[in-house]
Amino acid sequence: MTVQQALAPRQPDAKLGTIIKLAVMAVGGQGGGVLTNWIEAVARAQGYACQATSVAGVAQRTGATIYYIEMAPMGARAPVFSLAPAAGDVDILIAAEMMEAGRAIMRGFVTPDRTTLIASTHRALAVSEKMAPGDGIASSEEVRAAAELAADRLVLFDMDDMAAANGSVISSSLFGALAGSGALPFPRAAFEDAIRASGKGVEASLRAFGAAYERAQNGAAEPAGAGEKPVRAVTNTPHGPQRLLEKWEALASRARALPGPVPAMALHGLRKVVGFQDVEYGAEYMDRLEGIAALDDAAQGHELSLEAAKYIANAMAYDDVIRVADLKTRAARFARIRAEMGAGDRPVALTEFMHPRAEEIAGLLPAGIGARIEASPKWMARLDRWFNRGRRVRTHRPGSFLMLYVLGGLRGYRRRTLRHRHEQAHLDRWLTAVRQAVARDYVLGVELLRCRRLIKGYSDTHARGLSKFDRVMQGAEMLRGREDAAQWVARLREAALQDEKGEALEGALQTVRSFV
Amino acid sequence: MAERSFKREVEHLRMGAGESFTGEGILAITKALLENGVGYVGGYQGAPISHLMDVLADAEGLLGELGVRFEANASEAAAAAMLAASVHYPIRGAVTFKGSVGVNVASDALANLASSGVNGGALIIVGEDYGEGSSIMQERSHAFAMKSQFWLLDPRPNLPSIVKAVGDGFELSEASNTPVMLMVRIRSCHVTGSFDCRDNQRPPLTVREALSNPQRDFSRVVLPPMSYRHEQDKIDNRWPAAEKFIRDKGLNEVFGPDTARIGIVCQGGMYNGVIRALQRLGLADIHGDSEVPIYCLNVTYPLVQGEFEAFADGKDGVLVVEEGQPEFIEQGLSTVLLRAGSKVRLHGKDMLPMAGEYTGQVMLDGITAFLREHAPGLLPGQVRAPNEPAPEIPDLSQTVPIRPPGFCTGCPERPIFAAMKLVEEELGTHQITGDIGCHLFASLPPFEIGGSTMGYGLGPASNAAFDGGGERRAISFLGDGGFWHNGLSSSIGNMVFNQSDSVAVIVDNYYSAATGGQDVLSSRAANPTKTTQQPIAAALRGVGVKWVRQIDHTYDVGKMRDTIREALTTEVTGPKVIVASSECMLNRQRREKPLRNAAIKGGSRVEVPRFGVDADICTGDHACIRLSGCPSLSLKRLDDPLRDDPIAHIDQSCVGCGNCGEVADAAVLCPSFYRADVVHNPKGVERWWQALSARFIGWLQARRAARRLEFPEVAQ
Repeated sequence: MTVQQALAPRQPDAKLGTIIKLAVMAVGGQGGGVLTNWIEAVARAQGYACQATSVAGVAQRTGATIYYIEMAPMGARAPVFSLAPAAGDVDILIAAEMMEAGRAIMRGFVTPDRTTLIASTHRALAVSEKMAPGDGIASSEEVRAAAELAADRLVLFDMDDMAAANGSVISSSLFGALAGSGALPFPRAAFEDAIRASGKGVEASLRAFGAAYERAQNGAAEPAGAGEKPVRAVTNTPHGPQRLLEKWEALASRARALPGPVPAMALHGLRKVVGFQDVEYGAEYMDRLEGIAALDDAAQGHELSLEAAKYIANAMAYDDVIRVADLKTRAARFARIRAEMGAGDRPVALTEFMHPRAEEIAGLLPAGIGARIEASPKWMARLDRWFNRGRRVRTHRPGSFLMLYVLGGLRGYRRRTLRHRHEQAHLDRWLTAVRQAVARDYVLGVELLRCRRLIKGYSDTHARGLSKFDRVMQGAEMLRGREDAAQWVARLREAALQDEKGEALEGALQTVRSFV
Repeated sequence: MAERSFKREVEHLRMGAGESFTGEGILAITKALLENGVGYVGGYQGAPISHLMDVLADAEGLLGELGVRFEANASEAAAAAMLAASVHYPIRGAVTFKGSVGVNVASDALANLASSGVNGGALIIVGEDYGEGSSIMQERSHAFAMKSQFWLLDPRPNLPSIVKAVGDGFELSEASNTPVMLMVRIRSCHVTGSFDCRDNQRPPLTVREALSNPQRDFSRVVLPPMSYRHEQDKIDNRWPAAEKFIRDKGLNEVFGPDTARIGIVCQGGMYNGVIRALQRLGLADIHGDSEVPIYCLNVTYPLVQGEFEAFADGKDGVLVVEEGQPEFIEQGLSTVLLRAGSKVRLHGKDMLPMAGEYTGQVMLDGITAFLREHAPGLLPGQVRAPNEPAPEIPDLSQTVPIRPPGFCTGCPERPIFAAMKLVEEELGTHQITGDIGCHLFASLPPFEIGGSTMGYGLGPASNAAFDGGGERRAISFLGDGGFWHNGLSSSIGNMVFNQSDSVAVIVDNYYSAATGGQDVLSSRAANPTKTTQQPIAAALRGVGVKWVRQIDHTYDVGKMRDTIREALTTEVTGPKVIVASSECMLNRQRREKPLRNAAIKGGSRVEVPRFGVDADICTGDHACIRLSGCPSLSLKRLDDPLRDDPIAHIDQSCVGCGNCGEVADAAVLCPSFYRADVVHNPKGVERWWQALSARFIGWLQARRAARRLEFPEVAQ
């Protein structure tokens, strides 16, 4: 088809290249509006025509929100600016959170030919990430990898942490990173003037701005996910009376004698069970672990022993009333809370939220009596009447503290409780199943060990976890003898961690039932 | 008190001729109203024009000086009805609300207003909530202009154009005796820029003065036979007058060369997007000077036939850029061409998508498709035959989680829905309807409560089919904003009259919170220019609700749960209404935080509460999050290889609302939560007693530590 030439093509206007297009992607409530105002103020003060737009509305209520700015040197006539960013046409993208950087990349706002991506690596987790009964946190690493490919230039560090460290909020450090990146043709002083002119929290804002400016200038990027740095670490070197330290050392050398990579994990496990009960309990742990390790296979990288070291410890250090009371009354906890709350030397009043049920009370009784009471609905109802209500325990008060302290001191008696009997029986059944599995199918044995992850929480949550664990173990029973049994058990476990009620698990079990 | 204060910006509204105003579109509109001698203003808040209402409220002093009456109307219908003042009196009036939902509510009054016709200029400023960031169903306000025959302005999205449209709108309204709607899109409302000011004008006739000399004109009443005449008048007189005015005053604009074989017709609001696409194709320069002729419709209804015919004359193809559906403008222009027997090929929704926002990419694709069809030589070589493959960027769609809006940190509505979830765990799932407002976030995870929202104040009304009762009662949620907007009559009155057996929960956070914290009748704070502190419960009893429960502290999850359970199970007949009241935390913090900081600085004793989670006790099952979703309740990883799953963690932003502890207790979750109250400036006895207690506790702790092995932690 011949098409008549309607108009002659011409060279694009060179001045179009002078328009700087900048988008800010933030989580509602992060101060994206303040940042936008600052950027506008700098641009106008530097003789630029500037236009900003935003989409406020309810998206601001913790949802993803976007601000957009265009600027160009002021001429005799005003430029025509766009009101929204377009894919492939953004020069500077500021992401106030790591997943928002990912969202910007997904939307095509970050392209290798032009975009400077300035992103904070910290995470503000979305509800969907937090809700999962397992680990639903999205991978910052994947976003980082994509950012490295997608961006022309990358300024990436934890700007939230930097702002907090300087007593300010993230808009200041984002602004500093923008200035330090050199992506805008304005001097540092112009940015600082904009902060000063806004007149609120100026000193703190300037401090955070300066820190981020330096950091962006130096260009050193930090690993993604640094924003998820762990709260604290625990050492495996105990303090305590000499007599106990010697016993610990004996156990530790047993742990160190385990093959391959196992000792490190075994020491962690040992620390947990000894901390939970005492060194004798540690010896029981080592007995169990060595029993499993004897079945291990070096060719498989000692995976069985590794998982056993981890999950046997978790199973032995179950969450009972005594443990909770003990943990709540430790000096280290009090110090930690003071530090977290920034209390300094001010008094801190503590309120614990506890809600014991008949099950917890019965579990605390000597095994014989406890079992009889547990079997009697009448007695259980009575216990509920006496104990089952929310209790606010003010642990900073001597009386309340003493109550919990005494409860926490019942460790010597714990082995005689009903709860301990239940836990031991459950542990033995589980390890027996593991041993039987290993005899035929090593990987299945490993997977069965890992299923212990399903048991967590208190009260109903704990019961639900137990029931999921039982159902997966039953599923394993159905799969006995199949070559893909281990794979299926892993799948069942992952399904069980997906939702609270175990609907995904039920679906997976249906599938298993359909083919066995 | 609105969430954002415009007190500082309001001073700019005093600017006069020779000064240049720089700021947001919304403020520019307010300034333009004053420059055009408006006599009264009103409206109802809602994104994206909430700020317009906030500015007007903050500017009441200035408005008073100029003799301008400001009403924060009870609803959009009330706002539109207020324009009745311009029917008989030569007074300019302007009201504002959001489109399309606000226009829906106002449509009765708008239709009557349009039928009557006006003497004074009547301007309806609509914030069209369409596209990205919109919180409502995606529809166009355009249809209302067509059905009621009032005129629709859609100016180019820059401050001088928007400001000019305000003046044009009043004049057009007066020239054609027809109300005029000025439509501004989300981004236009918040767009920043500058314009040259004129002096503010006192209205030639103020509403106070008009009251001294009442006027009425029987021919403007919407009753037969006048209503028949109104319809004829619209067609015979008002429409031609409008067309003439639009043409004579050049309200629509033509850009680009006079002679070309192709052209683009666009809504004014789409102009910048069109120019950007042309800029990217090398067909427009930075100032918007285009190689392709553009007919820019700053008035999108009515269409001016002669103007369009002149533009289309001699062209092979014309592209209509019209956002949203159906394609009213394209249909109108097609009819013009068809009747004229024109050979011009009209494109629009065949090259641009029928539905959805016209983003940068959509616009570029559509205009490229149009040029490829009619003028391929114009396209840059790269577009004609792209040779460089785009780099392969990993797909993040499975990685990046969606982030819908949700309840703020410390929101008093969270515990209401946590309680509701607990009740449902006990009694089973219920038929639940929601309403408009923050509480609608409960329909999202983690709560997933409520399945429908039929309109503002219509939550209980939308359960009416189930009001007869059954095995389990129906429940509806309604906000305090919705209650006063429409809910008292349409929902509660309806329940009483029909002897409903259902349950309604009124979520009272003391403000119209979702729209930015404007005051309503039941707001607790005194407002110098409005009447507040009118209890909802009294209104309920007044219309005949017998079973009313007032809860003044929604954070008491146990009480909340028991009250909902009681409402669902009581033998009492008739509607059961729970008023769950606690102040919006955003507003509360904004008010209280500065006071608290000042008190601490001033040496007064202040307790600052915050919640925490014991990392060793939390097992990482996240049950608490499934009953909360609070932004400050998040997850952290522990540096402990024995732990698989991240644990709950409460960050600095916690405001100590108490929901975490209450939920942990009411749902019997776990003992990990604690509240720490840091006592600032403790007094003598307290300090002494605290020190003594701490010594006793420390002694006990040291005693036990000495008798067992302890593993010290290292903070990181």
